[in-house]
Amino acid sequence: MSFLDVRDLRVAFTTEDGVVRAVDGVTFDVDRGQTLAIVGESGSGKSVTSQAVMGLINRKSADISGEVFLDGDELVGAGNDEVRALRGRKMAMIFQDPLSSLHPFYTVGKQLVEAINVHQDVNKDEARRQAADMLDRVGIPNAKARLDEYPHSLSGGMRQRVMIAMALLNGPELLIADEPTTALDVTVQAQIIELLRDLQKEFNTAIVVITHDLGVVADVADVVVVMYGGRVVERGPVEDIYYRSEMPYTWGLLSSLPRMDTAGQRLNTIPGQPPSLIRLPEGCVFRPRCAYHTYVPGNRCDVERPELLPVTPRHAVRCHIEPAERRRLAEERTELPTLEETS
Amino acid sequence: MGQYIIRRLLSMIAMLIALSMVVFLLFTVVPADPARLTCAKACTPQVVAANRHLLGLDQPLATQYVNFVKGIFVGRTYGADTGAPIECPAPCLGYSFTKNANVTDLIVRTLPITINLAIGAFILWMLFGISSGIVSALTRGRWPDRMTMGFTLFVYSFPVFFIGLVLLYFVKIKWGLLPTGVDYEPIYVNPIAYFQVMILPWIALAALYAAFYARLTRNQMLDTLGEDYIRTARAKGLPERTVIGKHALRAGLTPIVTAAGLDLAGLIGGAVITESIFRLDGMGRLSIDSVLNSDLPVITATVLVTATFVIVANLVVDLLYAVIDPRVRLA
Amino acid sequence: MTAVEETSEGAPTPSHEVLLSAQGLEKYFPVTSGGLLRRKVGDVKAVDGVSLDIHHGETLGVVGESGCGKSTAGRTMLKLLEPTGGRLVFEGQDITNLSRQQMKPLRRKMQMIFQDPYSSLNPRHTVGAIIGTPLEVQGIESKKSIRTTVQDLMARVGLNPEHYNRYPNEFSGGQRQRIGVARAVALRPSLIVCDEPVSALDVSIQAQVVNLLEDLQNEYDIAFIFIAHDLSVVRHISDRVTVMYLGKIMELADAAELYAAPQHPYTHALISAVPLPDPRLERQRERIILVGDLPSPMNPPSGCVFRTRCPKAQQLCADEVPELRELAPGHQVACHFPEVRTVV
Repeated sequence: MSFLDVRDLRVAFTTEDGVVRAVDGVTFDVDRGQTLAIVGESGSGKSVTSQAVMGLINRKSADISGEVFLDGDELVGAGNDEVRALRGRKMAMIFQDPLSSLHPFYTVGKQLVEAINVHQDVNKDEARRQAADMLDRVGIPNAKARLDEYPHSLSGGMRQRVMIAMALLNGPELLIADEPTTALDVTVQAQIIELLRDLQKEFNTAIVVITHDLGVVADVADVVVVMYGGRVVERGPVEDIYYRSEMPYTWGLLSSLPRMDTAGQRLNTIPGQPPSLIRLPEGCVFRPRCAYHTYVPGNRCDVERPELLPVTPRHAVRCHIEPAERRRLAEERTELPTLEETS
Repeated sequence: MGQYIIRRLLSMIAMLIALSMVVFLLFTVVPADPARLTCAKACTPQVVAANRHLLGLDQPLATQYVNFVKGIFVGRTYGADTGAPIECPAPCLGYSFTKNANVTDLIVRTLPITINLAIGAFILWMLFGISSGIVSALTRGRWPDRMTMGFTLFVYSFPVFFIGLVLLYFVKIKWGLLPTGVDYEPIYVNPIAYFQVMILPWIALAALYAAFYARLTRNQMLDTLGEDYIRTARAKGLPERTVIGKHALRAGLTPIVTAAGLDLAGLIGGAVITESIFRLDGMGRLSIDSVLNSDLPVITATVLVTATFVIVANLVVDLLYAVIDPRVRLA
Repeated sequence: MTAVEETSEGAPTPSHEVLLSAQGLEKYFPVTSGGLLRRKVGDVKAVDGVSLDIHHGETLGVVGESGCGKSTAGRTMLKLLEPTGGRLVFEGQDITNLSRQQMKPLRRKMQMIFQDPYSSLNPRHTVGAIIGTPLEVQGIESKKSIRTTVQDLMARVGLNPEHYNRYPNEFSGGQRQRIGVARAVALRPSLIVCDEPVSALDVSIQAQVVNLLEDLQNEYDIAFIFIAHDLSVVRHISDRVTVMYLGKIMELADAAELYAAPQHPYTHALISAVPLPDPRLERQRERIILVGDLPSPMNPPSGCVFRTRCPKAQQLCADEVPELRELAPGHQVACHFPEVRTVV
């Protein structure tokens, strides 16, 4: 079993408008020292997945099922206190917007010390020393002085470093980063990615990065999980996903990206927009926007939900198209058929 | 911060001066003749003229204003040149003919009762309003929330005199839980009488505010609980009671507590209706009486006193906010 | 990797007539001290001497990081903010000091598309009203014909004309951005400033909106000033690109050349920092990591504003402000030690 093993995770919220199946049967695993990227657009369920792993979804307001194994311990069925003891210690999370993710009324030092005191029994001076050390480790100059500053007086990059420091204080073995660089300038983003890479090398942490940025994924990921409409639609090593993808959604994503190294012709687009999680289509969740359903006989894509099936031992895809046919289409990918644009 | 305080104090003083001028002018330039208003029924032209001179109303407006202001600092003597001068020691806020007393004395007598009423109600409404708001926010959508919000809406739809009268009738008269005919006495003189007299007006006055603050707190707390830093606190593994108690409450309650300070100051203007129903001899009743009797000096003075409280409360509230929220940079 | 130069089919090539010229444009925001007397202690030099020409029908991309002044520059060039220095010439007319009244007829020709589709549309106005208001304000058409025009516009941008009476909250982010585009295009302006028009959208929607903008540009011959922090999108859509830092232009060149052969160290760092969606390439690329943080725009460094983070900085950089000089045809660089480097 891998260090983090997520099996058929499902999270559903009951709202006035109906049941929102935010996460609908997600399976993946990550090893120590490995980086997994979860890629998806809004409504894909990627954030809810990570929050469910951390136990941050309120069990009273959501229906959670499936299994999450962290170093052998199962978390979905475990008690709240059990999971809470692991949060911030064995598994830690950093979030997208470091300004709103840090409490505005408390100094950086207070918040860091608080993170230490939840899980370690140390006195105040020792906690402060650990906090200053960690700030230093993440590359913040004048670490000791920074402890008494407030979040709003730091720059965006520094705040994100503070968040990373706070997550690392208790030596977590799993780090989940939810859009860690989206709110940052690109040069700062490069610094943060470099920092995460160094820290991973040093501590052999398993890292899960959640993002919509396919450039960041190419940069950091070993394994990629592509999510759409609450489901995993493709999963595999990073090179398989970028060079040998066999899922029309991934093809669409990759070819709709403008690139710096080529001046494009018109961008290929995926018509339509991401699905509403309340009114998910029967059958394949991507069908309404898929230009390739014609390659599947009958109306299988409309009525039958495809399974996530392996293409190679490590690369799996959720699509009805016949594997040989799919491989051929993948190779011809530069000439995509177009679907009429619908709003 | 120090410079900010100085600047605010200066502007506060300027505002008070401007206010005193406006109030003074308004009531002195009133169509009715202030001298005539001093003698009600027994008015002959001689009495009116004599009173006009006594009160210095025959002087030009500017001089009147200066005398008024001087009176506040060093006191004044009305009709020094007549046979029956009236002494008005500092701070002299005017002289009331209808009550035959220095306005300052009237206020000194009535203000403490109003303050007691206001503070007592304040404590009650903050305790009940905020705690039910918190409970509502934490149990959102479930029955404690629905019940609390339903109840507050119910209470909020009644005017305060109705609540007051209902309380009076049932508690004192019908059920005889509290004795009637007890007069107000300060808490340090007769605590039992004090509570017997004050408890019902406190409840009547607090009920409305509590309902309002319960809703306000609920909304504010719900907003705060949805903030990203609450999610971070949970992600750190903090127990829920710390997340709520330390992270959510402090951020969520700050705007409420500061706003409540302003409401409290406004109450000093006199919870007129409450005081009237429960027959408390507070500044609210004084104001109403003076309006009904067209007793201009008293009206002027009560307006000024209330305004001062509100202006000062504004400054205190702003400073408080700056102390609690480090992002607030006082400029 | 060689850059393949291709323009979209059927696109009119940008003419060489200058539509808008900014000369030494400045926008300073005064900062007062908190003291009793509120003295002015300095300025935030958001835009500090920007000189650019935009030609008819061309797309000029403006890139830079937060605090570089690109958004402020865009708004100042439209006179949504009054310039505090320099000159603005639109279609040969000096508009620097024109009043709001005098600007009104010119506003038909210059429009703006905003970043946040959720806050840039008035939630209390119907879509029809939002798109139709510019037509009404400029008195172009009668109320009846406005409706038809608006519905045509809606269809053109990919919205259902029958949704004329709906409110913004009934639309998705991408659709709202299309509403913003329709509004901007309603008056057939010659210039549109797009301030981060696609950053708030999902990846698959971004491509749709980018394509739409390009189509409209070809159809109506509109010039774009495309402000964005996403260098890939800018590369795709722009004819020329300028890089800004702390209110000044660091480099300005044709898009292909800027990305293939940048000369300013900041441009090198910027381009090398952008991750490519190509794992093999990514792992081979040279990374230039800048140290330090952005200096405060109230107190920019002397001489070259970039010198505090520049790996090549020398004494000269602190002493002398580098002029923006044309080092190759159409390629301007403000640096004392420019060097061609391929970092993509």
